[in-house]
Amino acid sequence: MYTQALNTSDAEDRHVEDAARAGLFQARIDAEERIEPNDWMPAAYRKTLTRQISQHAHSEIVGMLPEGNWITRAPSLRRKAALLAKVQDECGHGLYLYAAAETLGTSREELVDMMLAGKAKYSSIFNYPTQTWADIGAIGWLVDGAAIMNQIPLCRCSYGPYARAMIRVCKEESFHQRQGFEIMLTLSRGGKEQKSMAQDALDRWWWPVLMMFGPPDKASQHGDTSTKWKIKRFSNDELRQKFVDATVPQAQYLGLTIPDPDMTRDEAGHWVYSPIDWEEFNQVLAGNGPCNRNRLGARRKAHDEGAWVREAAAAYAAKRSHRDVAQAAE
Amino acid sequence: MATPNVPLWEVFIRSRNGLAHKHVGSLHAADARLALQAARDIYTRRGEGLSIWVVPSSAITASDPAEKGMMFEPAESKIYRHPTFYDVPDEVGHM
Repeated sequence: MYTQALNTSDAEDRHVEDAARAGLFQARIDAEERIEPNDWMPAAYRKTLTRQISQHAHSEIVGMLPEGNWITRAPSLRRKAALLAKVQDECGHGLYLYAAAETLGTSREELVDMMLAGKAKYSSIFNYPTQTWADIGAIGWLVDGAAIMNQIPLCRCSYGPYARAMIRVCKEESFHQRQGFEIMLTLSRGGKEQKSMAQDALDRWWWPVLMMFGPPDKASQHGDTSTKWKIKRFSNDELRQKFVDATVPQAQYLGLTIPDPDMTRDEAGHWVYSPIDWEEFNQVLAGNGPCNRNRLGARRKAHDEGAWVREAAAAYAAKRSHRDVAQAAE
Repeated sequence: MATPNVPLWEVFIRSRNGLAHKHVGSLHAADARLALQAARDIYTRRGEGLSIWVVPSSAITASDPAEKGMMFEPAESKIYRHPTFYDVPDEVGHM
Protein backbone atom coordinates (compact mmCIF):
# COMPACT_ATOMS: atom_id res chain seq x y z
CA MET A 1 0.00 0.00 0.00
CA TYR A 2 2.36 2.45 1.18
CA THR A 3 3.28 4.44 -1.88
CA GLN A 4 1.51 7.75 -1.68
CA ALA A 5 4.42 9.47 0.01
CA LEU A 6 6.95 7.94 -2.32
CA ASN A 7 5.54 8.44 -5.78
CA THR A 8 7.41 11.53 -6.83
CA SER A 9 9.27 11.69 -10.11
CA ASP A 10 12.41 13.54 -11.09
CA ALA A 11 11.88 16.67 -13.13
CA GLU A 12 14.65 15.73 -15.55
CA ASP A 13 12.84 12.52 -16.49
CA ARG A 14 10.06 14.34 -18.10
CA HIS A 15 11.53 15.09 -21.49
CA VAL A 16 9.88 13.04 -24.18
CA GLU A 17 11.98 10.86 -26.44
CA ASP A 18 9.58 10.39 -29.32
CA ALA A 19 6.74 12.85 -29.64
CA ALA A 20 4.61 10.74 -31.98
CA ARG A 21 4.84 7.59 -29.86
CA ALA A 22 4.37 9.57 -26.68
CA GLY A 23 1.21 11.09 -28.18
CA LEU A 24 -0.18 7.64 -29.01
CA PHE A 25 0.77 6.42 -25.54
CA GLN A 26 -1.04 9.32 -23.86
CA ALA A 27 -4.08 8.70 -26.07
CA ARG A 28 -4.21 5.09 -24.85
CA ILE A 29 -3.98 6.28 -21.23
CA ASP A 30 -6.72 8.87 -21.82
CA ALA A 31 -8.92 6.14 -23.31
CA GLU A 32 -8.45 4.16 -20.03
CA GLU A 33 -6.54 1.42 -21.83
CA ARG A 34 -4.13 -0.60 -19.70
CA ILE A 35 -0.44 -0.53 -20.57
CA GLU A 36 1.16 -3.98 -20.60
CA PRO A 37 4.84 -4.94 -20.12
CA ASN A 38 5.81 -5.30 -23.77
CA ASP A 39 3.99 -2.16 -24.94
CA TRP A 40 6.01 0.93 -25.81
CA MET A 41 6.14 3.40 -22.91
CA PRO A 42 8.10 6.58 -22.22
CA ALA A 43 11.33 5.95 -20.30
CA ALA A 44 10.13 8.25 -17.52
CA TYR A 45 6.89 6.23 -17.13
CA ARG A 46 8.95 3.06 -16.78
CA LYS A 47 11.32 4.69 -14.29
CA THR A 48 8.55 6.24 -12.17
CA LEU A 49 6.66 2.94 -11.97
CA THR A 50 9.74 0.84 -11.29
CA ARG A 51 10.52 3.11 -8.36
CA GLN A 52 6.96 3.31 -7.08
CA ILE A 53 6.16 -0.41 -7.32
CA SER A 54 9.51 -1.54 -5.91
CA GLN A 55 9.26 0.89 -2.99
CA HIS A 56 5.76 -0.36 -2.39
CA ALA A 57 7.16 -3.93 -2.35
CA HIS A 58 9.97 -2.96 0.05
CA SER A 59 7.34 -1.40 2.34
CA GLU A 60 5.38 -4.65 2.49
CA ILE A 61 8.52 -6.61 3.36
CA VAL A 62 9.83 -4.13 5.95
CA GLY A 63 6.26 -3.89 7.27
CA MET A 64 6.55 -7.49 8.45
CA LEU A 65 9.10 -6.44 11.08
CA PRO A 66 7.07 -4.25 13.48
CA GLU A 67 4.23 -6.77 13.52
CA GLY A 68 6.43 -9.84 13.60
CA ASN A 69 7.73 -8.38 16.86
CA TRP A 70 4.48 -9.42 18.59
CA ILE A 71 3.82 -12.89 17.14
CA THR A 72 5.39 -14.74 20.06
CA ARG A 73 3.61 -12.53 22.59
CA ALA A 74 0.10 -12.40 21.14
CA PRO A 75 -2.41 -12.63 24.03
CA SER A 76 -4.31 -15.67 22.70
CA LEU A 77 -4.03 -18.41 20.11
CA ARG A 78 -6.76 -16.73 18.05
CA ARG A 79 -4.81 -13.46 17.95
CA LYS A 80 -1.58 -15.28 17.23
CA ALA A 81 -3.03 -17.23 14.29
CA ALA A 82 -4.51 -14.03 12.82
CA LEU A 83 -1.27 -12.09 13.25
CA LEU A 84 0.78 -14.88 11.66
CA ALA A 85 -1.62 -14.95 8.71
CA LYS A 86 -1.42 -11.19 8.38
CA VAL A 87 2.37 -11.08 8.42
CA GLN A 88 2.41 -13.89 5.85
CA ASP A 89 0.03 -11.83 3.70
CA GLU A 90 2.42 -8.86 3.86
CA CYS A 91 5.17 -11.09 2.53
CA GLY A 92 2.86 -12.25 -0.25
CA HIS A 93 2.00 -8.64 -1.11
CA GLY A 94 5.69 -7.84 -1.34
CA LEU A 95 6.19 -10.75 -3.72
CA TYR A 96 3.22 -9.85 -5.99
CA LEU A 97 4.60 -6.33 -6.17
CA TYR A 98 8.19 -7.36 -6.92
CA ALA A 99 6.80 -9.52 -9.73
CA ALA A 100 4.88 -6.53 -11.10
CA ALA A 101 7.96 -4.28 -10.83
CA GLU A 102 10.12 -6.83 -12.63
CA THR A 103 7.91 -6.72 -15.71
CA LEU A 104 9.38 -3.24 -16.27
CA GLY A 105 12.83 -4.71 -16.82
CA THR A 106 14.71 -4.61 -13.47
CA SER A 107 15.18 -7.95 -11.69
CA ARG A 108 13.90 -8.54 -8.18
CA GLU A 109 17.42 -9.22 -6.99
CA GLU A 110 18.59 -5.81 -8.20
CA LEU A 111 15.62 -4.12 -6.55
CA VAL A 112 16.23 -5.91 -3.26
CA ASP A 113 19.94 -5.11 -3.37
CA MET A 114 19.08 -1.43 -3.83
CA MET A 115 16.89 -1.51 -0.74
CA LEU A 116 19.54 -3.31 1.32
CA ALA A 117 22.13 -0.76 0.18
CA GLY A 118 19.87 2.00 1.52
CA LYS A 119 19.35 3.42 -1.98
CA ALA A 120 15.60 2.73 -2.17
CA LYS A 121 12.93 4.02 0.15
CA TYR A 122 10.12 2.22 1.93
CA SER A 123 7.20 3.69 3.80
CA SER A 124 8.31 5.77 6.78
CA ILE A 125 5.53 4.41 8.96
CA PHE A 126 7.55 1.23 9.57
CA ASN A 127 10.32 3.22 11.18
CA TYR A 128 8.14 3.57 14.27
CA PRO A 129 8.31 0.92 17.02
CA THR A 130 5.53 -1.39 18.21
CA GLN A 131 5.79 -0.88 21.93
CA THR A 132 2.65 -2.61 23.20
CA TRP A 133 0.11 -5.17 21.99
CA ALA A 134 -2.29 -2.29 21.29
CA ASP A 135 0.10 -1.13 18.57
CA ILE A 136 -0.80 -4.26 16.61
CA GLY A 137 -4.43 -3.19 16.80
CA ALA A 138 -3.57 0.39 15.82
CA ILE A 139 -1.47 -0.76 12.86
CA GLY A 140 -4.25 -2.94 11.48
CA TRP A 141 -6.95 -0.35 12.04
CA LEU A 142 -5.05 2.82 11.06
CA VAL A 143 -2.00 1.88 8.98
CA ASP A 144 -3.86 -0.73 6.94
CA GLY A 145 -6.91 1.52 6.84
CA ALA A 146 -4.78 4.27 5.31
CA ALA A 147 -3.22 1.70 3.01
CA ILE A 148 -6.63 0.66 1.71
CA MET A 149 -7.57 4.30 0.99
CA ASN A 150 -4.43 4.60 -1.07
CA GLN A 151 -4.57 1.21 -2.75
CA ILE A 152 -8.14 1.09 -3.97
CA PRO A 153 -7.53 3.79 -6.61
CA LEU A 154 -4.33 1.95 -7.60
CA CYS A 155 -6.48 -1.00 -8.72
CA ARG A 156 -7.34 1.28 -11.68
CA CYS A 157 -3.75 2.36 -12.30
CA SER A 158 -2.82 2.53 -16.00
CA TYR A 159 -0.10 -0.12 -15.70
CA GLY A 160 -1.77 -3.55 -15.98
CA PRO A 161 0.53 -5.69 -13.80
CA TYR A 162 0.46 -3.12 -10.95
CA ALA A 163 -3.33 -2.78 -11.12
CA ARG A 164 -3.78 -6.56 -11.05
CA ALA A 165 -1.42 -6.94 -8.09
CA MET A 166 -3.34 -4.24 -6.23
CA ILE A 167 -6.67 -5.99 -6.75
CA ARG A 168 -5.28 -9.06 -5.01
CA VAL A 169 -3.70 -6.99 -2.26
CA CYS A 170 -6.89 -5.03 -1.57
CA LYS A 171 -8.95 -8.20 -1.19
CA GLU A 172 -6.59 -9.43 1.50
CA GLU A 173 -6.03 -6.07 3.18
CA SER A 174 -9.62 -5.84 4.35
CA PHE A 175 -9.05 -8.69 6.80
CA HIS A 176 -6.05 -6.82 8.17
CA GLN A 177 -8.01 -3.70 8.97
CA ARG A 178 -10.87 -5.59 10.56
CA GLN A 179 -8.64 -7.72 12.79
CA GLY A 180 -6.88 -4.54 13.94
CA PHE A 181 -10.16 -2.80 14.74
CA GLU A 182 -11.30 -5.87 16.66
CA ILE A 183 -8.16 -5.74 18.82
CA MET A 184 -8.82 -2.04 19.53
CA LEU A 185 -12.46 -2.76 20.31
CA THR A 186 -11.59 -5.53 22.76
CA LEU A 187 -9.04 -3.33 24.53
CA SER A 188 -11.30 -0.30 24.65
CA ARG A 189 -14.13 -2.39 26.18
CA GLY A 190 -11.71 -3.96 28.65
CA GLY A 191 -10.28 -2.77 31.94
CA LYS A 192 -8.86 0.67 32.66
CA GLU A 193 -5.32 -0.35 31.81
CA GLN A 194 -6.37 -1.97 28.55
CA LYS A 195 -8.33 1.08 27.51
CA SER A 196 -5.42 3.38 28.29
CA MET A 197 -3.15 1.08 26.30
CA ALA A 198 -5.47 1.49 23.29
CA GLN A 199 -5.56 5.26 23.75
CA ASP A 200 -1.76 5.41 24.00
CA ALA A 201 -1.41 3.48 20.74
CA LEU A 202 -3.83 5.84 18.97
CA ASP A 203 -1.93 8.84 20.39
CA ARG A 204 1.36 7.58 19.02
CA TRP A 205 0.16 6.33 15.59
CA TRP A 206 -2.35 9.01 14.58
CA TRP A 207 0.05 11.66 13.25
CA PRO A 208 2.51 9.28 11.56
CA VAL A 209 -0.48 7.63 9.84
CA LEU A 210 -1.69 10.98 8.49
CA MET A 211 1.83 11.52 7.14
CA MET A 212 1.57 8.24 5.19
CA PHE A 213 -0.45 10.05 2.54
CA GLY A 214 2.57 12.16 1.68
CA PRO A 215 3.35 15.88 1.63
CA PRO A 216 0.49 18.38 1.27
CA ASP A 217 -0.64 19.05 -2.30
CA LYS A 218 0.73 22.58 -2.31
CA ALA A 219 4.23 21.29 -1.45
CA SER A 220 4.25 18.41 -3.91
CA GLN A 221 5.84 19.42 -7.20
CA HIS A 222 5.72 16.22 -9.19
CA GLY A 223 2.14 15.05 -8.83
CA ASP A 224 1.18 16.20 -12.32
CA THR A 225 2.96 13.54 -14.37
CA SER A 226 1.68 10.67 -12.27
CA THR A 227 -1.83 12.10 -12.54
CA LYS A 228 -1.54 12.58 -16.30
CA TRP A 229 -0.38 8.98 -16.64
CA LYS A 230 -3.23 7.74 -14.41
CA ILE A 231 -0.85 6.18 -11.94
CA LYS A 232 -2.22 8.47 -9.29
CA ARG A 233 -5.98 9.17 -9.27
CA PHE A 234 -6.38 11.28 -6.14
CA SER A 235 -4.13 13.86 -4.53
CA ASN A 236 -2.41 13.28 -1.18
CA ASP A 237 -4.72 15.72 0.62
CA GLU A 238 -7.86 14.25 -0.94
CA LEU A 239 -6.97 10.77 0.27
CA ARG A 240 -5.90 12.04 3.69
CA GLN A 241 -9.26 13.81 4.12
CA LYS A 242 -11.15 10.68 3.07
CA PHE A 243 -9.23 8.71 5.65
CA VAL A 244 -9.84 11.20 8.45
CA ASP A 245 -13.56 11.39 7.67
CA ALA A 246 -13.84 7.60 7.72
CA THR A 247 -11.77 7.14 10.87
CA VAL A 248 -13.11 9.76 13.29
CA PRO A 249 -16.50 8.03 13.74
CA GLN A 250 -14.69 4.71 14.27
CA ALA A 251 -12.58 6.27 17.05
CA GLN A 252 -15.79 7.66 18.59
CA TYR A 253 -17.33 4.19 18.52
CA LEU A 254 -14.27 2.86 20.33
CA GLY A 255 -14.63 5.63 22.91
CA LEU A 256 -11.08 6.80 22.15
CA THR A 257 -9.92 10.37 21.62
CA ILE A 258 -8.08 11.48 18.48
CA PRO A 259 -4.98 13.34 19.70
CA ASP A 260 -5.99 16.57 18.00
CA PRO A 261 -8.00 18.71 20.45
CA ASP A 262 -8.50 21.47 17.86
CA MET A 263 -10.17 19.20 15.34
CA THR A 264 -13.48 20.63 14.09
CA ARG A 265 -16.16 19.62 11.67
CA ASP A 266 -16.80 21.94 8.73
CA GLU A 267 -20.17 22.70 7.12
CA ALA A 268 -19.72 20.01 4.49
CA GLY A 269 -19.28 17.44 7.27
CA HIS A 270 -15.51 17.01 6.83
CA TRP A 271 -13.26 16.75 9.85
CA VAL A 272 -10.67 19.53 9.78
CA TYR A 273 -7.40 18.39 11.37
CA SER A 274 -4.60 20.56 12.76
CA PRO A 275 -1.40 21.23 10.78
CA ILE A 276 0.88 18.21 10.44
CA ASP A 277 4.47 18.35 11.70
CA TRP A 278 6.24 17.81 8.37
CA GLU A 279 9.62 18.28 9.99
CA GLU A 280 9.10 14.94 11.77
CA PHE A 281 8.18 13.31 8.43
CA ASN A 282 11.30 14.72 6.75
CA GLN A 283 13.49 13.53 9.61
CA VAL A 284 12.13 9.98 9.45
CA LEU A 285 12.46 9.98 5.65
CA ALA A 286 16.06 11.17 6.00
CA GLY A 287 16.86 8.15 8.15
CA ASN A 288 16.48 9.66 11.61
CA GLY A 289 13.27 7.93 12.69
CA PRO A 290 13.18 5.79 15.84
CA CYS A 291 13.79 2.47 14.00
CA ASN A 292 15.39 3.25 10.60
CA ARG A 293 18.71 1.59 11.39
CA ASN A 294 17.08 -1.31 13.17
CA ARG A 295 14.76 -2.12 10.22
CA LEU A 296 17.45 -2.00 7.58
CA GLY A 297 19.77 -3.96 9.84
CA ALA A 298 17.13 -6.68 10.29
CA ARG A 299 16.58 -6.92 6.51
CA ARG A 300 20.32 -7.16 5.82
CA LYS A 301 20.76 -9.82 8.49
CA ALA A 302 17.90 -11.90 7.08
CA HIS A 303 19.28 -11.56 3.55
CA ASP A 304 22.82 -12.51 4.59
CA GLU A 305 21.70 -15.41 6.76
CA GLY A 306 19.56 -16.71 3.89
CA ALA A 307 22.45 -16.73 1.43
CA TRP A 308 23.32 -20.37 2.08
CA VAL A 309 19.70 -21.39 1.35
CA ARG A 310 19.78 -19.63 -2.03
CA GLU A 311 23.14 -21.22 -2.81
CA ALA A 312 22.01 -24.71 -1.76
CA ALA A 313 18.80 -24.47 -3.83
CA ALA A 314 20.76 -23.31 -6.88
CA ALA A 315 23.38 -26.07 -6.43
CA TYR A 316 20.67 -28.72 -6.10
CA ALA A 317 18.83 -27.44 -9.17
CA ALA A 318 22.11 -27.47 -11.15
CA LYS A 319 22.90 -31.03 -10.03
CA ARG A 320 19.41 -32.22 -11.00
CA SER A 321 19.55 -30.61 -14.40
CA HIS A 322 22.98 -32.22 -15.12
CA ARG A 323 21.58 -35.58 -14.11
CA ASP A 324 18.55 -35.09 -16.37
CA VAL A 325 20.88 -34.24 -19.27
CA ALA A 326 23.04 -37.29 -18.52
CA GLN A 327 20.01 -39.60 -18.37
CA ALA A 328 18.66 -38.19 -21.63
CA ALA A 329 22.03 -38.94 -23.26
CA GLU A 330 22.02 -42.62 -22.21
CA MET B 1 28.21 -8.59 -3.98
CA ALA B 2 25.11 -8.57 -6.17
CA THR B 3 22.53 -11.25 -5.35
CA PRO B 4 22.46 -13.84 -8.18
CA ASN B 5 19.23 -14.10 -10.15
CA VAL B 6 16.90 -17.01 -9.46
CA PRO B 7 14.81 -18.35 -12.40
CA LEU B 8 11.34 -16.88 -12.96
CA TRP B 9 8.21 -19.06 -13.20
CA GLU B 10 4.66 -18.32 -14.30
CA VAL B 11 1.90 -19.72 -12.08
CA PHE B 12 -1.46 -21.07 -13.33
CA ILE B 13 -4.22 -22.18 -10.97
CA ARG B 14 -7.39 -24.21 -11.50
CA SER B 15 -9.79 -22.60 -9.10
CA ARG B 16 -12.62 -25.18 -9.33
CA ASN B 17 -13.31 -28.49 -10.99
CA GLY B 18 -14.31 -27.96 -14.58
CA LEU B 19 -12.51 -24.65 -15.01
CA ALA B 20 -9.27 -24.14 -16.91
CA HIS B 21 -5.98 -23.21 -15.25
CA LYS B 22 -5.66 -19.46 -15.27
CA HIS B 23 -2.55 -17.32 -15.03
CA VAL B 24 -2.33 -15.73 -11.57
CA GLY B 25 1.20 -14.32 -11.43
CA SER B 26 4.85 -15.22 -11.29
CA LEU B 27 7.53 -16.09 -8.76
CA HIS B 28 11.21 -16.94 -8.42
CA ALA B 29 12.43 -20.44 -7.55
CA ALA B 30 15.56 -22.50 -8.14
CA ASP B 31 13.67 -25.53 -9.52
CA ALA B 32 10.20 -26.83 -10.34
CA ARG B 33 9.56 -28.42 -6.96
CA LEU B 34 10.41 -25.26 -5.05
CA ALA B 35 8.34 -23.27 -7.54
CA LEU B 36 5.29 -25.43 -6.79
CA GLN B 37 5.75 -25.03 -3.03
CA ALA B 38 6.22 -21.28 -3.34
CA ALA B 39 3.17 -21.03 -5.61
CA ARG B 40 1.09 -22.75 -2.95
CA ASP B 41 2.29 -20.30 -0.29
CA ILE B 42 2.01 -17.16 -2.41
CA TYR B 43 -1.12 -17.77 -4.45
CA THR B 44 -3.38 -20.19 -2.52
CA ARG B 45 -3.48 -18.95 1.06
CA ARG B 46 -7.29 -18.74 1.00
CA GLY B 47 -8.31 -21.86 -0.86
CA GLU B 48 -7.98 -20.29 -4.29
CA GLY B 49 -7.15 -23.50 -6.09
CA LEU B 50 -7.35 -27.24 -6.60
CA SER B 51 -4.41 -27.57 -8.94
CA ILE B 52 -1.29 -25.55 -9.79
CA TRP B 53 0.90 -25.46 -12.89
CA VAL B 54 4.28 -23.75 -12.85
CA VAL B 55 6.01 -23.02 -16.15
CA PRO B 56 9.48 -21.51 -16.63
CA SER B 57 8.84 -17.98 -17.92
CA SER B 58 11.63 -18.50 -20.44
CA ALA B 59 9.55 -21.30 -22.03
CA ILE B 60 6.77 -18.92 -23.04
CA THR B 61 6.69 -17.51 -26.56
CA ALA B 62 4.59 -14.37 -26.76
CA SER B 63 3.12 -12.47 -29.68
CA ASP B 64 4.53 -9.02 -30.27
CA PRO B 65 2.12 -6.25 -29.21
CA ALA B 66 3.53 -4.09 -32.02
CA GLU B 67 2.19 -6.66 -34.50
CA LYS B 68 -1.25 -6.72 -32.92
CA GLY B 69 -2.83 -5.39 -36.13
CA MET B 70 -1.35 -8.04 -38.36
CA MET B 71 -2.23 -10.79 -35.89
CA PHE B 72 -5.77 -9.93 -34.98
CA GLU B 73 -7.33 -7.48 -37.36
CA PRO B 74 -8.21 -10.02 -40.08
CA ALA B 75 -10.68 -11.61 -37.63
CA GLU B 76 -12.46 -8.32 -36.94
CA SER B 77 -13.86 -7.98 -40.48
CA LYS B 78 -15.19 -11.53 -40.62
CA ILE B 79 -18.48 -10.94 -38.91
CA TYR B 80 -20.00 -13.88 -40.83
CA ARG B 81 -18.17 -16.09 -38.35
CA HIS B 82 -20.71 -15.13 -35.68
CA PRO B 83 -24.20 -16.65 -35.45
CA THR B 84 -25.84 -13.23 -35.25
CA PHE B 85 -24.77 -12.55 -38.86
CA TYR B 86 -27.49 -14.90 -40.13
CA ASP B 87 -31.20 -14.15 -40.33
CA VAL B 88 -33.54 -16.82 -39.10
CA PRO B 89 -37.27 -16.00 -39.47
CA ASP B 90 -39.15 -15.69 -36.18
CA GLU B 91 -41.52 -18.49 -37.23
CA VAL B 92 -38.64 -20.94 -37.17
CA GLY B 93 -38.20 -20.32 -33.44
CA HIS B 94 -35.06 -20.82 -31.41
CA MET B 95 -32.06 -22.07 -33.29
